[in-house]
Amino acid sequence: MRDVAIVSFASSAVPKDAVHNEVEMIVPTVRAAVASSGIPRSEIGFTCSGSLDYLQGGPFAFVMGLDGVGAWPPIRESHVEMDAAWALYEAWVAIQTGEVDSALVYGFGKSSLGDVHEIMTLQTDPYYLAPLWPSMVDMAALQACAYLEASGRGEKDLAAVAARAKGLTVEAVLGQPVTHPPLRDADIFPVTDGTAAVVLAADDLARSVCERPAWIRGIEHRIEAHGLGVRDLTASESTRLAAQAAGVGAGKVDVAELHAQFSHEELILADALGLGEATAINPSGGALASNPIMSAGLIRFGEVAKRIWTGEVDRGVAHATSGPCLQQNMVAVLEGSN
Amino acid sequence: MAGNRVAVVGVGQTRHRSARKDVSIAGLVREAAVEALEDAGMDWPDIDAVVIGKAPDMFEGIAMPELYLADALGAVGKPMMRVHTAGSVGGSTSIVAAKLVAAGVHQRVLTVAYEKQSESNATWGLSVPMPFQPPLVAGAGGYFAPLIRAYMYRSGAPRHIGHLVAVKDRRAALRNPKAHLHLPDIDLQTVEESFLLWDPLRYLDTCPSSDGAMALVLGSEAVADAAPNPVAWVHGMAMRSEPTMFARRDQVNPQAGRDCAKDVYAQAGITDPRRDLDCAEVYVPFSWYEPMWLENLGFCAEGEGWKLTEQGATAPDGDIPWNPSGGVLSSNPIGASGMVRFGEAAQQVRGRAGDYQVELKTGKALGHAYGGGSQFFSMWVVGSDKP
Repeated sequence: MRDVAIVSFASSAVPKDAVHNEVEMIVPTVRAAVASSGIPRSEIGFTCSGSLDYLQGGPFAFVMGLDGVGAWPPIRESHVEMDAAWALYEAWVAIQTGEVDSALVYGFGKSSLGDVHEIMTLQTDPYYLAPLWPSMVDMAALQACAYLEASGRGEKDLAAVAARAKGLTVEAVLGQPVTHPPLRDADIFPVTDGTAAVVLAADDLARSVCERPAWIRGIEHRIEAHGLGVRDLTASESTRLAAQAAGVGAGKVDVAELHAQFSHEELILADALGLGEATAINPSGGALASNPIMSAGLIRFGEVAKRIWTGEVDRGVAHATSGPCLQQNMVAVLEGSN
Repeated sequence: MAGNRVAVVGVGQTRHRSARKDVSIAGLVREAAVEALEDAGMDWPDIDAVVIGKAPDMFEGIAMPELYLADALGAVGKPMMRVHTAGSVGGSTSIVAAKLVAAGVHQRVLTVAYEKQSESNATWGLSVPMPFQPPLVAGAGGYFAPLIRAYMYRSGAPRHIGHLVAVKDRRAALRNPKAHLHLPDIDLQTVEESFLLWDPLRYLDTCPSSDGAMALVLGSEAVADAAPNPVAWVHGMAMRSEPTMFARRDQVNPQAGRDCAKDVYAQAGITDPRRDLDCAEVYVPFSWYEPMWLENLGFCAEGEGWKLTEQGATAPDGDIPWNPSGGVLSSNPIGASGMVRFGEAAQQVRGRAGDYQVELKTGKALGHAYGGGSQFFSMWVVGSDKP
């Protein structure tokens, strides 16, 4: 395997961007990531993005998105209808073939355009589940109930996660009404419009443009059964399998950025990754503080990489998720040591 | 081609129809996947990862359907990805899957693409009005017809050329039991007399709306060497994209298509595609796209494509058969159509194309797909021999 590193990262996030369309939001983020990578745009070998048509409410959101990137002369380019963390994975694979040495990865989405809780219902089985129209918060609340019951944890544990992410006191969180038992407003991600971009580079190219590249030492993802009734909602087996394959347990984990959109998800993920007191979890605030859908997973990679570039940490874990109740999960180990 | 050797070791395809009411979407993709696994001599546990592709989610109204299809495609506990690059997606999905093997990440990858148009309405799904974007109110045909007229103006091609392709591909489909359209009585007059949709495209110049799925099993060299059936080696694969709103674009003969072809030919050692390939499976959703892509893909000089069509060079018994399977004009499960092209090219070089098998001389074939408003291209060249 080639050594591949994250050498630059940029992102944007606001609760509601009523001024810019998706292309206009992508331009400054991609420009910032490319500029700080030290690699000229024309020399970046591959471009890959992640987005969701249903956030925009039209087919082909990525088509116009590409116009915000600069694709002339024509470029090697691909797109996943998944969080941009999976676009990063596709780019990492392209670099592993030896075809290219660098890649631009970006994600974008405006959750404010519709009711994102109900839009995500369209991810569910179209014959047996979607017609019942459970919102993603309804489904998350089911998982939270199951987890609290199985783990012996309680609402104070949820509130501790929410309070840290949102800069509140535990008492303030517990003072909020329970809207989706056992979840309160603070336990649920905020609606966010935003973008993210990273540049990947291999081997000596990474060393030449970045003093301390954030090397991807392992990157794995797994999916679970779709039906909520046929998988164990109290644990994240796909995260555990991905973490094992990515080598999370082979060293200390200084920092972990977990793509948890609900308080209980952070607890389930930390259990699955085997993280303890020594690991700082979501110092950025995580997706509970800011959740630009389709970028939020990629942002976890950027947030870990940032801390490696500065020397603040040596080894970190980035996590991304997709689907109802953590159905699909990606785990990567990033390291600063050469 | 960069990376480790990759081969197509299994191919599976549904019988394409206007409405497969006997199966759900999960049943449809599984039908293709099971056939591909049987062809590869494999069972579900043998597969390392699954890559799925389809055209816009709005066609069936399911967001990110890989989540719902994880169980049907045996992906539980494994890596699964979902590719979406517009109409080129079937080709791009094959390439993303092949790269997982070329990179040495996996040994055996199942890739599946589908569309179930009977549970959707593609023209409506393509025609949602978006602020500040050119409206596609008449679906894809309304978008492409002016480009076809520009091609006719540039090349001086006579009006019957498109109809010749419409007849040729439907007659070819009569030898393909899985093709959606079987029109034994079609001739030039039938096409000319079918009603006008978007000048110069008549009803029979356009692709049908199909339910269907295509599946490939891709394997490493070790897997291919142990395969029970002949394999198709990937000799080259490439993707190219260009912007949408850009004044210098030539939408009739796009630069991205020309660059993509040049790249894939260089990888596969092809200098003259008409001579060096035994056949090509090319994404021709509207009849006129055969002469247009003949030029874009370098099978002839610019302005000469329609002459190859008129001379019969692209017929099943011509010197360079195009779409011997019947092509997109005979079966169009949109998201799968690109992978059908890639898979049919593989079947030809494996010698497993049945009644529509072409004669193998060089043992190489081209699979091609394009999408959007001709901004997105994906291609591969497959061969009987190891590269």
